[in-house]
Amino acid sequence: MEISGLIAFNIVTGIATLVLITIGLAVIYGMMRIINLAHGEFMMLGAYTAATAVEHGVNIWIALLILPPIVVALIGLVLERCVIRFLYGRMIDTMLATWGISLGLVGLITSIFGNVIHSVPTPVGGFNIGGYGASGYSLVLVAASVIALGGLYLLMRRTDFGLILRATMQNPRMAASLGIHPPTVFMSTFALGAGLAGFAGGLLSPISGVSPSMGAAYVARAFITVLGGGPAVIMGTGLASGLFGLINEIVSFLSTPVLGEVALLVAAIVLIRNLPNGITGRFFRSSL
Amino acid sequence: MTKADFLITRRKALKLGGLSVGLLAAPAFVRQGFSAEAPIKMGSLLDATGPLGLEGRRMIKATEYAVSQLNEKGGLLGRKIELKAFDTQSDIKLYTQYAQQLAMRDKVDVIQGGITSSSREAIRPIFDRTKTLYFYNTQYEGGVCDHNVFCTGTTPAQTVNHLVDYATKNWGKKTYIVAADYNYGHITADWMKKFVTANGGTVAGVDFLPLDVTNFSSTISRIQQAAPEFVLSALVGANHLGFYRQWDATGMKAKIPVGSTVFGLGDELQAMDVSTTDGIVTCYGFYPDLDTPAAKGFVSGLQKFIGEDAKDISELATATYDGVMLWAKAVEKAGSVEAAKVISALESGISIDAPGGKVTMDPKTHATIRPTYLAEPKNRKWEILATFADQYPADTGGRCDLVANPNTKTQFTPQF
Repeated sequence: MEISGLIAFNIVTGIATLVLITIGLAVIYGMMRIINLAHGEFMMLGAYTAATAVEHGVNIWIALLILPPIVVALIGLVLERCVIRFLYGRMIDTMLATWGISLGLVGLITSIFGNVIHSVPTPVGGFNIGGYGASGYSLVLVAASVIALGGLYLLMRRTDFGLILRATMQNPRMAASLGIHPPTVFMSTFALGAGLAGFAGGLLSPISGVSPSMGAAYVARAFITVLGGGPAVIMGTGLASGLFGLINEIVSFLSTPVLGEVALLVAAIVLIRNLPNGITGRFFRSSL
Repeated sequence: MTKADFLITRRKALKLGGLSVGLLAAPAFVRQGFSAEAPIKMGSLLDATGPLGLEGRRMIKATEYAVSQLNEKGGLLGRKIELKAFDTQSDIKLYTQYAQQLAMRDKVDVIQGGITSSSREAIRPIFDRTKTLYFYNTQYEGGVCDHNVFCTGTTPAQTVNHLVDYATKNWGKKTYIVAADYNYGHITADWMKKFVTANGGTVAGVDFLPLDVTNFSSTISRIQQAAPEFVLSALVGANHLGFYRQWDATGMKAKIPVGSTVFGLGDELQAMDVSTTDGIVTCYGFYPDLDTPAAKGFVSGLQKFIGEDAKDISELATATYDGVMLWAKAVEKAGSVEAAKVISALESGISIDAPGGKVTMDPKTHATIRPTYLAEPKNRKWEILATFADQYPADTGGRCDLVANPNTKTQFTPQF
């Protein structure tokens, strides 16, 4: 009985992790149609921000939760101005450009910090589920993923910025004729997506370790989840993360993590085969 | 500036020509002062960049350090040693490419290098074909049996058995094994199982994890369910360090102790939290905190050579240093750099006083007989728990006899 409690906890943590690593990409790829292959590197930059801040004695919670999204959003802003803004509507070209950005960022960080693994201490200890130990930090991840999804929902639904953003993504020309400046909206949306990726990187740094090539471990899963989710960014991310996280954790526990990963991919293939536009391409179409 | 300033006048050309002739001639004079002969060429294949750069960078410095020490003493046989080093960038393709360049184009006299077992197996056949002497200097799973190849790193029979002995004596009989999912992890896990059962223990479970796994929650849950008395880890690489972090974060570290065959060979003790690293028991051929003059001299010498206060000097660095020094001793004994003569000299049972203690080349296995040590991290330093003198590479020696069968060119895998 207790072990099923632990597994349930692991499943929730797995889903929360997937939500975190996917949400930034969902904004950039799902809304803006930019194939952002540098997504993993944005996370890596967030993790480095957290590690550097902790090393300089910044309060651990500020270093993990506040600084990474701000810093990475600013970097995203600069990259959007310098590279991405010339490529809107050219999906394949964005892939090439962001691939280049990703390699460049890995090289840059390697030459600044060296090819070593930095470590960020875990700010909370463990707790027990019956006789089994579980990581208290997982609760932080779960809370953060709920905040990220909920915050994004409120931003889109309840604020003027959200309305303008959705309008611009749907039809930039029409939005422009209503007096909105689409380039500014694109710029801030890209920064928002980058910031969310940075948020995930900072949060995951204590459990994964911080190294220049860490992004590669996440980018594929993020893309699969976004594609599985479909056009509705928030609902899609939540549903696809829930489905894939559940399958992955259960199979991992019953067999091995390798088969867990295989099961996740098989589930994704079956899903895309039957629902080419993702879950929200068929269901919950009017959701966000 | 006018265009004419860019043109080379005849006078300028003469000056330039004279200067370059002088420059070109200068090394010749210098070399003549030292020796009339061409330098001995040593090739090195190690990863300075990529995921393995963390391990490779100290091995590269150790190679350079050994060569500079030899050259300071006047080289070998009156000839300087020239190091031709390639950065293999953690890429097997580059290993084979550079190996061919070194063996066929540069015609080097000896090759030192290779980090992962897969890289060694990729380049070993190339050197067998060209009959280029090859030293593999990494702690590995054992079993390489090749007339042309010498391995200086420790193997499971020298280390894993002591780790298991310690664990079954102090922690209990029931273990759970987690290992990296490639040949090193699988073979090391086999040895772990063998030693645990030999000590009357049981293995509650074995998990193999690919090198790109970052989330260990399901593995940790399975370990908790199996409730072993200790965990043995042969996890490798940067991503797998997450296991130790998550193990610590779930509070398991206080409940179930861990022994590892790879942990601490990189900069784990400096980079990770003390609460995560302390108490993970390991067994290697060298620790930077060994209290012997040879170890202290090596550490301070290498730190001075690198120019920084490097703490992450492990067996990887000393075995690399040993590889160069054993070769150098054999060359002096043979009076030649010819591969066949150096191999017979290496097979004569030569030994050196290495940083980790006395290291002898075993003629039968081409592996080293060397002391090993058991140690655990305590506040970013290694606390030595036990010393084992003159450990024989029994894993390879069980089936490999290069004195009787000099034409063997294989890697034996354990059969139980």
